[in-house]
Amino acid sequence: MQISTTRSFLLLAALTIGGAGIAIGQTEVPAAVKARQGQMQLQSFYLSTLGEMARGNIDYDADAAQASADSLVAIAAMDWDPLWPEGTATSEVEASRALPAIWTDAEGYAAAWDAFGTAAAAVQGVAGGGLDGLRAEMGALGQSCGGCHDDYRVSND
Amino acid sequence: MMRRLLSAAALIALICVVAGLWLTRAERLPEGAVASLAGDATRGEQVFWAAGCASCHAAPDAEGEARLVLAGGEAFPSEFGTFYAPNVSMHPERGIGSWDAAAFADAVQRGVSPEGAHYYPVFPYASYALAEPQDIADLWAFWQTLPASDAENRPHDVGFPFNIRRGIGLWKRLYVHDDYAVQGPLDSDAERGRYLAEALSHCGECHTPRDALGGLDRARWFAGAPNPSGRGRIPAIDSDDLNWSRREIAQYLADGFTPDFDVAGGHMASVIANLANLPEEDRDAIAAYVQAVSPSK
Ligand code: HEC
Ligand code: HEC
Ligand code: HEC
Repeated sequence: MQISTTRSFLLLAALTIGGAGIAIGQTEVPAAVKARQGQMQLQSFYLSTLGEMARGNIDYDADAAQASADSLVAIAAMDWDPLWPEGTATSEVEASRALPAIWTDAEGYAAAWDAFGTAAAAVQGVAGGGLDGLRAEMGALGQSCGGCHDDYRVSND
Repeated sequence: MMRRLLSAAALIALICVVAGLWLTRAERLPEGAVASLAGDATRGEQVFWAAGCASCHAAPDAEGEARLVLAGGEAFPSEFGTFYAPNVSMHPERGIGSWDAAAFADAVQRGVSPEGAHYYPVFPYASYALAEPQDIADLWAFWQTLPASDAENRPHDVGFPFNIRRGIGLWKRLYVHDDYAVQGPLDSDAERGRYLAEALSHCGECHTPRDALGGLDRARWFAGAPNPSGRGRIPAIDSDDLNWSRREIAQYLADGFTPDFDVAGGHMASVIANLANLPEEDRDAIAAYVQAVSPSK
């Protein structure tokens, strides 16, 4: 009963979100913006497994931790550049929170992606080897996300 | 008749000037309020992180140990112009290395310089005014262990009439309170959280909207505000708007991960870098207080 309520709720939520996506998609959100936001959501998803373990909210599981870290490294290795075409800053595309600095400071932005790659690789190196090692690298991983959001994403309600 | 009118006008003008001078005068702390207390540098380090001094006074983009070098330089755009954080390191000329505890406390808790001028309220002394004198004495003890930087100060870029510091005296009368914004019964955790959040971490300075004179609108505490950078908004975090659990809030204040594992940016990332240095109980206390901030109080 519990499960089926949750399921139908999820289904409903998925339909609503899907519907909203179509509605916006029909108007103006460029595919690159949707794709990069999807990429960010993926990052959050894999980060959540690691983060909940580091926080002590779920039990540490070496395999799951390793798989999540591997996935983050794989995402960081993707070619991000095509997802950030000019003309898709927050002032130009309402659904986006990307700041113009991404394009005016392209070097800094590339460095922020590198920092994420480096931090993800460091977590990959320790994720399967115990909770303490994972915890020690999580701060830097979080900062690599937050550091980029700090400079290149507008804060929002 | 004319002469009498004139002298009456002169008298009124004089009264206005005297009243104006009186209303805008700089008031220091009572003598010995902080200077008479022995400070403990270890406790002072906790006050330092709770109060977030490094967020403004460390060089922009400083990370890790470099956040202890209080060289200044960070810019604060506002409707009144752009302010720049000064060098407050222990350098004897370029910083505040030649100050004593009393001068330090007058600056931090009264916004008054050693020369008796008012500081601009972008330096959140209106919050620090609520801090315990012992905490300020401890903070000064810790401060004296910090390195010196010879970075030069950048003058503020503020136009008339806001470049007249005297007027800030009036502002202080309107907006520096001696009581908390959130009143009413709180449990002991939330009470500790209120002290940390209102007197030290100054969450309201960002999360509470301001009125036309730049004072915090206490009736809309934590209701969210335009970002002073001019882009985006600082989110509302009162209990109507933030439906995170206490644990989720406390954990966010340590690692910056929202319940959906989005990651804090903006100035919040720097706030979290400070709060991560506090004991877990303190972040939990702040979370308890945040949950007690209800707009429909
Ligand atoms: C190099 C810069 C950069 C890095 C690194 C980065 N982000 Fe982002 N992130 C952004 C930008 C820019 C946006 C806004 C994109 C837009 O709205 O067009 C964003 C948006 C997001 C969003 C909102 C997506 C949506 O649906 O609107 C989430 C969630 C997110 N990031 C999570 C993360 C996590 C988790 C990490 C680290 C594992 C991370 N980000 C690393 C730049 C970055
Ligand atoms: C210097 C300004 C500043 C101060 C001080 C500050 N915040 Fe924030 N806060 C922000 C900004 C900006 C954001 C949005 C972060 C982002 O864009 O990711 C934020 C986000 C948050 C959020 C997440 C809200 C959401 O819906 O995502 C919480 C919770 C929060 N702050 C709590 C606090 C608490 C508690 C304090 C005091 C201990 C505090 N903040 C002090 C600027 C500040
Ligand atoms: C939100 C940013 C901000 C925070 C947080 C902040 N300050 Fe400042 N501070 C400033 C600015 C801006 C000034 C310059 C004010 C002026 O010129 O009127 C200043 C001025 C000062 C001065 C006077 C320096 C001088 O040369 O006259 C001292 C001392 C000082 N701050 C100490 C502190 C301490 C201690 C803390 C933490 C308890 C702190 N500040 C937190 C922004 C900040």
